[in-house]
Amino acid sequence: MAKHGMAAEGQVHPIKSYLVVWGWLFVLSAFSYMVDYFHVQGALRWSLILLFMVLKAGLIIAFFMHMAWERLSLVTAILIPPVAVLVFVTIMAAESDYTLLTREMFFAEGTVP
Amino acid sequence: MAPHGSMTSAQAADPHAGWQGIYADWASDRTVFRNVSWGKAMMWVFLLSDTFIFGCFLLAYMTARMSTTVPWPNATEVFALHIGGENIPLILIAIMTFVLISSSGTMAMAVNYGYRRDRKKTAVLMLVTAAFGATFVGMQAFEWTKLIMEGVRPWENPWGAAQFGSTFFMITGFHGTHVTIGVIFLIIVARKVLRGDFDRGTRGFFTSRKGRYEIVEITGLYWHFVDLVWVFIFAFFYLW
Repeated sequence: MAKHGMAAEGQVHPIKSYLVVWGWLFVLSAFSYMVDYFHVQGALRWSLILLFMVLKAGLIIAFFMHMAWERLSLVTAILIPPVAVLVFVTIMAAESDYTLLTREMFFAEGTVP
Repeated sequence: MAPHGSMTSAQAADPHAGWQGIYADWASDRTVFRNVSWGKAMMWVFLLSDTFIFGCFLLAYMTARMSTTVPWPNATEVFALHIGGENIPLILIAIMTFVLISSSGTMAMAVNYGYRRDRKKTAVLMLVTAAFGATFVGMQAFEWTKLIMEGVRPWENPWGAAQFGSTFFMITGFHGTHVTIGVIFLIIVARKVLRGDFDRGTRGFFTSRKGRYEIVEITGLYWHFVDLVWVFIFAFFYLW
């Protein structure tokens, strides 16, 4: 049923670009697994995890979900609101620190004689 | 960029209108998302709302983990599998990750062949995607069974902070539900593609509208989003 001659509609891009992105997703996933497999610890572990995560997410959104080819009106309408989640993360991180502090001061096991 | 008043349809169709295009689109007193059908725009809006849901789940997990005085169970050991006399850390989760990424690749190809109106390849690739998704859910069921047999409950577990179980079941459960729904939709759309509904303009049973190959891309958007969420769960829950 292949009708490659027909005028294509919508998001049509070369197959090769998908394969390249696909390959990179595999490589990046392997890298993030390696972080755990080789027991990388501390700040290096967290920064590597975040780096590979952001790269993978970026590749999926930009190419598989076609955001790289959409108009900026749509891109900004969808990608800017999640920043609110990051703000929420910041607030809750501060709140968690405070909760932990109060728990350690008043409730932590072993501190009560 | 031409002034707004003299916007012609040819200029409106320019996909590279850049930053000026943003206020031109929003201020032109007509459909904002040009070249984007209502179906696709609504899927994006839904995915945005889903982003907030998963964002809040991960946020709740972060809050629980940061504020507990009891040590958090070590995911590397909890999710290790005993294969060939050796404990391989996180191996099941790694395989699940690769399965889901493979499915994302086949989905992207399905979208591409859909727009090229290659019915067979589109349907086959969608069914392969669905098979990968079903495999993923199956592996997740195995993982849940293993953890439940080891004594993980939403309120307790043998290794540390009690919140581990509740966040684990909530986050992976919600994600698994999304994958399952995705598999169902993939199969429905693949069947329509294979039947040639979108070539003949057959009306759908539910909306009685004529479908287009764009539905493959919209289903694909949902599927890629499910993969996207897994990227974050993998990083924050399993690797952190």
